[in-house]
Amino acid sequence: MEDTQENKPQSAEVIAAKAAWQIIREKFGDAVSELDENAFMPFFEVLKTERWREIALFMRDDARLRFNYMACLSGVDYPEEEKLGIVCNLESLGEHGHKIAVKVKCCRDKGIIPSVMKVWKTADWHEREAFDMYGMRFGGHDDLRRILCPEDWEGYPLRKDYQVQETYHGIKVPD
Amino acid sequence: MQELGKAEYSSVRVTPQGENRVIIEKDISSEEMILNMGPQHPSTHGVLRLECKTDGEVVIEAEPYLGYLHRCFEKHAEMVDYPGIVPFVDRMDYLASMNNDFAFCIAVEKLLDIEIPRRVEFIRVIVSEFNRIASHLVAIGTYAIDLGAFTPFLFCFRDREHILNLLEWASGARMLYNYILIGGVAHDFPQGFKQRASEFVKYFRPKAVELQRLLTENEIFVKRTKGVGMMPADVAVNYGWSGPMLRGSGVEWDLRRDDPYSIYPELDFKVCVPDGKFSDIGDSLSRHVVRALEMEESLKIIEQCLEMMPEEEGFDPRAAIPKRIRPKAGEVYGRAENPRGELGFYIQSDGKSTKPLRCKARSSCFVNLSAMKELSRGQLIPDLVAIIGSIDIVLGEVDR
Amino acid sequence: MSNGALLPNSFSLVMSTSLNAWSDALSELHLFGIPLGLIVIAAIPLVFIALYALTYGVYGERKISAFMQDRLGPMEVGKWGILQTLADILKLLQKEDIVNKSADKFLFVIGPGVLFVGSFLAFAVLPFGPAFIGADLNVGLFYAIGIVALEVVGILAAGWGSNNKWALYGAIRSVAQIVSYEIPAAIAILCGAMMAGTLSMQQFNLLQQGEYGFLHFFLFQNPIAWLPFIIYFIASLAETNRAPFDIPEAESELVAGYFTEYTGMKFAVIFLAEYASMFMVSAIISIVFLGGWNSPLPNIGSLLLNDWTTGPVWGAFWIVMKGFFFIFIQMWLRWTLPRLRVDQLMHLCWKVLTPFAFVAFVLTAVWEIYVK
Repeated sequence: MEDTQENKPQSAEVIAAKAAWQIIREKFGDAVSELDENAFMPFFEVLKTERWREIALFMRDDARLRFNYMACLSGVDYPEEEKLGIVCNLESLGEHGHKIAVKVKCCRDKGIIPSVMKVWKTADWHEREAFDMYGMRFGGHDDLRRILCPEDWEGYPLRKDYQVQETYHGIKVPD
Repeated sequence: MQELGKAEYSSVRVTPQGENRVIIEKDISSEEMILNMGPQHPSTHGVLRLECKTDGEVVIEAEPYLGYLHRCFEKHAEMVDYPGIVPFVDRMDYLASMNNDFAFCIAVEKLLDIEIPRRVEFIRVIVSEFNRIASHLVAIGTYAIDLGAFTPFLFCFRDREHILNLLEWASGARMLYNYILIGGVAHDFPQGFKQRASEFVKYFRPKAVELQRLLTENEIFVKRTKGVGMMPADVAVNYGWSGPMLRGSGVEWDLRRDDPYSIYPELDFKVCVPDGKFSDIGDSLSRHVVRALEMEESLKIIEQCLEMMPEEEGFDPRAAIPKRIRPKAGEVYGRAENPRGELGFYIQSDGKSTKPLRCKARSSCFVNLSAMKELSRGQLIPDLVAIIGSIDIVLGEVDR
Repeated sequence: MSNGALLPNSFSLVMSTSLNAWSDALSELHLFGIPLGLIVIAAIPLVFIALYALTYGVYGERKISAFMQDRLGPMEVGKWGILQTLADILKLLQKEDIVNKSADKFLFVIGPGVLFVGSFLAFAVLPFGPAFIGADLNVGLFYAIGIVALEVVGILAAGWGSNNKWALYGAIRSVAQIVSYEIPAAIAILCGAMMAGTLSMQQFNLLQQGEYGFLHFFLFQNPIAWLPFIIYFIASLAETNRAPFDIPEAESELVAGYFTEYTGMKFAVIFLAEYASMFMVSAIISIVFLGGWNSPLPNIGSLLLNDWTTGPVWGAFWIVMKGFFFIFIQMWLRWTLPRLRVDQLMHLCWKVLTPFAFVAFVLTAVWEIYVK
C-alpha cells in the first residue's frame, strides 16, 4: 500500500510482520535478531547463518507463519562490514497474507550461506544469480553455476570492489 | 490451495500429467541424443538455450541456459541516478515498458514517500493497461505461431499496432517509452486521446472475440495445449510463479487486488482464473485462457479510468517530480503486476547518494522460467515448444 | 490406344477425333532423327509446374495468405508486387550454394534432385486434357501413387545428408508420416478405382463424362463416395507435408525440418517439388472424384453449357482449375489451423482414417456389386 502509507508509526503490514517475527523469535531465540520495524520493509536478520535453512523450513511449514512464497532473493554486498549477504522477501500467499524480509549474511571471503532451494524451489535460480554476482557459496545447492555471466567470467561483477577486466577472450573491454 | 508436504525440504513434486499426455506403454528407449535448442531457434522467443537430452521425440531433460541478453542492468543501476535508471528499466521487458516503469517508480516513490497527483495515477494506469493488452497480444500471437497457426499471430500484431500508435502519441516512442517518471509522467495526454482510446476499446472487443474463435476454441489448438505442462497450484507458489502463470494454476492472486497500488482499489475488475471446464487447471491452455480473459479486464479498467479521470486545465504532470531525488537511507521492495507476473525492485539507498546502493530487479520471467527443467521432463519436443510458449518469456527481462 | 468406342458423339476435337491426339501426334515428331516430340511432351509438364509454382504457388499463396491475414502481401516489386517471385528467384540464384562441411555431400546433393524427380515423374500420367497425356498407362493411377513415394527417399537423403539433428528429426518424421498416410490414401483411391473399374487415368475421365456435367462425377455417383473423397483429401495434406500436418518442416519446432541446411537453388528446388506434389495430389483427387478434365456444367434444355465448355483446351482449363481449387483449400487450411503433434498425427492416420478407409472400401464394393 505504497501511496496510502502515511507516517503513522505502524501500519498493518508492520504489525503483521511483527507478529510473525515473534513466533520465529520464540522458536529460535538468539539465532534471529530484533525486527527492524521500518515502514517500507520490516526485516530481521539471521544471526546464526548456519541455522538459516532450519528457520526457512519453519517459516514455510509452521501453520501460523506459512511463508510459502519467496518473492525475491537479492544478493547484497556490505563492504564496511566485510560481509556479503542476501535479502529474502517472503510472503504468505493466499493464506495469512503477511510479509517479512529476512537478511542472511556471511563472510566476504569464501563465506557460505545455507541454500534454501529445497524449501522454495524459486531460490534455486535466485541463489545462482547471487553467486554469479557476489560470489558467496550456498551450502547444499545442487547446481551452483554461474547463470547470467559466461562460465569463464572472472570476478563477481556486483561486488563494490569489482575491477573490470581489461580483456575478455582477447577482446579489449571498453571503458 | 493444497497443503505443502511436510517431508524434509524437498516436499513438492511436479506431476506433469494431463489427460492429453502421451503414455508410452512399452519401453522403446534406444539411445540418448543431446539436442541444442537455441539460442537461435524460432520458438525460444529470443536467445534462450535449452540443452535437451532426447530419446527420439521424447525429451528426457531440458536444461535452460540464460545470459545471452545479459546487459548488466543491476550494475548500470548502481552507476546512474534514479531518473536515469528509468530508460534501463524500459529495456528489460521491452514488450511492457510502461508496466516496468510503473513498477520501478512505485518502488522509488515508496522510498521517497511522496504524494502523486490523482490525474497522474489515472494516466499511469491507463497506459500500463494498454501496454498489458499489447503484451498479451504478443504472448497469444507468438504462442499461436509456436503451435503452427500463423494467422492469429498477424491478427494480434495488427491490433497491437493500434495500441502502439496510441502510446506513441502519448509518449513519443513506440516501444521504449520512458514515459512514467518518478513522481509523475513525462507529458499529459494529448488532446483527443480520451476519444481515440475509447474508440480503440470499442474496436477491440469484437476482435478479441474473433481471436478467441479462431484460436482458443480451435480443436487442434486445444488438443495441443490441454493437459500439457501441468503445474499444480502449490508447486507453482513454491516456484514463485506469479501473474497469468500462477492464475493459470488456479491461484487467485493479482497484485493489483491483493497488494493494491495506485488507484486500483477504486476500480472494478476481476482476477481471472480458469474454471476447469474448458481446460485442466494448471496446463498450458489455462495460462493461455487467463491471458485472453485478462485483456477483457484491462479493457474494463481502461474504460473506467477514462470515465473517472479528473480533467484539469493546464495540468502539469511533472509538478510532483522532486528536483533532486535522494531518498532517505533505507531499503524497499516495491512491486507491481506486470503482464508476465510480479515485477519487483529491491532498492537499497544509503541516504547520501543520488544513486542506489543496490537495485535488484525481481524479474517475473526469470522466476517463471526456472520451472522449465521440471516442466519439460518426459515431454515430447512439440510439447516442449508448447510449454515454452505458455511461459511467455521475454529474454530481455530474464537476462536483464 | 483406341478408346474411340467410348467417346460420345458430341465429343469435339480441334485436331482429330482420337483421344490423346495431340500427344500422340507430338510423339511422332522427329527432327533430324531426334525424337523432339517426346522431349516436348516431357517438357510441357515441367514448364507447367515451373509457371504454376512461380505464379500461383508462390505469389498466389502470398497474396491469399495476405488476404486472409488482413494485410497487403508483396506490393513493392512491380504493380501489386507481381514481379515478387522473379525477384525471389534472382535472390535465390545469387545465393551461395552452401554444403556444410560435415554433410554427406552425395546425399545432400542428390536429396533435392530425387525429391523433385519424384514429384515430377507423376506428371507423366496426368491427363492435361482429352488430347494430351504423357503416357496413358493402363496402371496410371497405381503408378502415380507409387511414384510419389519416391519423394520419401529424397527427403530422407536430404535430412540424413545434412548432418543436422533438426534435419534428421524432420526427415524421420516425414518418412513416418508419408509412409503411414499412403495407406488410407491408397485405399480411398481404390474406392474410386472400384467405381471406375480401371486404373487408367484417361479412362477415369471418360467414365465421368456426360451431358449432366457434375452429376456424372464419381463423387455424386455413389452415396458413400464422399467418405473416400474426404479421407483422400486429408491424407493428401499429410503426404505433401501441408498444414495442419506440416510437422516435418514445423518451423517452430524443427527450425525448417529436413531442408534446414539448404540454401539457394537447392532450396528452391525443394520448394518447387513441394508445390508440384501439391498440384499432383490435387489433380489426382479431381480426376478420381471430380471428373478430371470434364466440364462440371450441365446441359440445361437448349442451353448446352456442357457441350460449349468441352474440348481439349477447355479440358486443360478444367483440370487445372480443379487442381487450383484444391490447392486453394490447402492454403486456406494452412493459414487457419495450428499444427498437430506428431503422435496425434499418427493417431489420426492409424486409428481414424485407416479404419474409415476400410469401411468406405467395403461399402463401395457392396454398392458397386449389389446396388448399382
